[in-house]
Amino acid sequence: MKPTPIAVFLAFAVALFLLLPLIAVVPVSFTPARFLSMPTDIWSLRHYQALLDNPAWLQSIWLSLRIGILSSVIATLLALMFSLGIWMFRPWFGSLLFGFVLLPMVAPPVVSAITLYFFLTTLSKVNDIVAYDTWVGVAIAHAVMIAPFAVVMVSVALAQVDRRIDLAARGFGASVSQRIFRVILPNIKFGVFTAFFLSFVLSWEEIGVTLFITSVDAVTLPRMMWMGLRDNIDPAIAAISVILIIIVITVILAKTAITFKLSRKS
Amino acid sequence: MKSDKLKSALLLGPLVLFLGLAYLVPFLGVMQWSVTLPEPGFSQYGKAVTDPLIQSVFFRTFRICLIVTVCAVAAAYAIAYVWVRGTPAQRLVTELCILIPFWISVLTRAFGWVALLSNRGLINTWLQAAGIISEPLTMVRNEFGVVLGMAHFLIPFAVFPIASAMRSLDERVFLAARGMGASRLRIFWSIFVPMTLPGIFGAGLMVFVFALGFFITPAILGGGRSVMIAELIYLRLFQSPDWGLGAAISVILMLIVGALLILMLRLVRPNKMLG
Repeated sequence: MKPTPIAVFLAFAVALFLLLPLIAVVPVSFTPARFLSMPTDIWSLRHYQALLDNPAWLQSIWLSLRIGILSSVIATLLALMFSLGIWMFRPWFGSLLFGFVLLPMVAPPVVSAITLYFFLTTLSKVNDIVAYDTWVGVAIAHAVMIAPFAVVMVSVALAQVDRRIDLAARGFGASVSQRIFRVILPNIKFGVFTAFFLSFVLSWEEIGVTLFITSVDAVTLPRMMWMGLRDNIDPAIAAISVILIIIVITVILAKTAITFKLSRKS
Repeated sequence: MKSDKLKSALLLGPLVLFLGLAYLVPFLGVMQWSVTLPEPGFSQYGKAVTDPLIQSVFFRTFRICLIVTVCAVAAAYAIAYVWVRGTPAQRLVTELCILIPFWISVLTRAFGWVALLSNRGLINTWLQAAGIISEPLTMVRNEFGVVLGMAHFLIPFAVFPIASAMRSLDERVFLAARGMGASRLRIFWSIFVPMTLPGIFGAGLMVFVFALGFFITPAILGGGRSVMIAELIYLRLFQSPDWGLGAAISVILMLIVGALLILMLRLVRPNKMLG
């Protein structure tokens, strides 16, 4: 049962709706004016230049990179250990624990935000490193938020592993660490990489929680964009948005092309 | 096997401990705020439920979330249908149109709507240049902009459970209906749609739950005029320091979402939704 022309028309209308705001950003980024507007006669690159000239933008990008890497390493590592534990030992309370670690993912972001605000402001009283408005503090908070996603990704990868190869290794007397490093990990390395990549992207884009736990020092890229969006809208936001959109489109097209090639080979 | 127990604890322990210390304990702290600030007792909860201003924010949030859910699920159904059952080319195009917005940050997407809808934005500039309107239409800093932006953000999320419900259908059912003389329209409405109902409800509940806690999109597109619960919590924390009330509203929001999640688990098995 192929879709009728009406169904196809409706689907493409939705598709256009989904792309529309992403397209609208492009002309605005070339406006010669200081405020949000459409370029009329002259198209200007001044807002792209502003990204390079204003050190705050580059600083925020560098900060977001550091936070993204630290938080996704922590989250992926903890999630990997946890998922392996559930998969290998299948404890009777496993589903309860699984539900618990998914909490930050299902709770409303604003509730997580006030919770992590409480966490970091409390820690601020005893140390300066993992604290409110510090980069390590933000990375820890991001690790809390993205760990559930990493758990889901790694568990999905583990669900596709044939249990019998692990049983065979065990039957031949392999220790737990041998089973992990020589049998299971080689089979899920792609899933672990995906979990790390997704974690990084989620941290890189995180704004809901970041807004609550930073003020003037730990200004991440999304926080920087937020500040430019709230008051007088700065067209530099359009320029940085265009760059981010181009990165996403390139990655997705590359991935689609690779999977297409692989599927033709097999 | 004592060593097995130890090893499983070594694997499971770190994440559980980490989230226990960095999430569960602080949440209990927030609950404590809600009953101790500014004075001990449940007065903040009383205020959260009876204050007409907060009540109106709750009602507005529910109304907006309901509208957004219906729009997002309907749109997701249309695009998921072609994504699952279209020709290979149609499938590729719809897939890209679902995935690209999905990976772009909420800020960029909200800004895109501002660029499109604001007084000097794309639509107003074109309409004025074409002489159709003389004064710019007000499309942001009101509920219209908020609904559009939120629906836009949530459509890709709604697509996945609906598409997985559509994929699991048995093709032979439609052949049988065809053989018995049903029209295409009849097959769609009497067989296809009812069989994907679990996906529709799953997607609807998920979108509604997501929408309830939304903060960024309403704050940018609502421009402080149509405040929703999440923004109210932010304001209570940072603008008019009233931590007890902010914490109490957070706990209420958490309870509502918890109840909806339990309902969702009853209605659709989660492993089915993830596909």
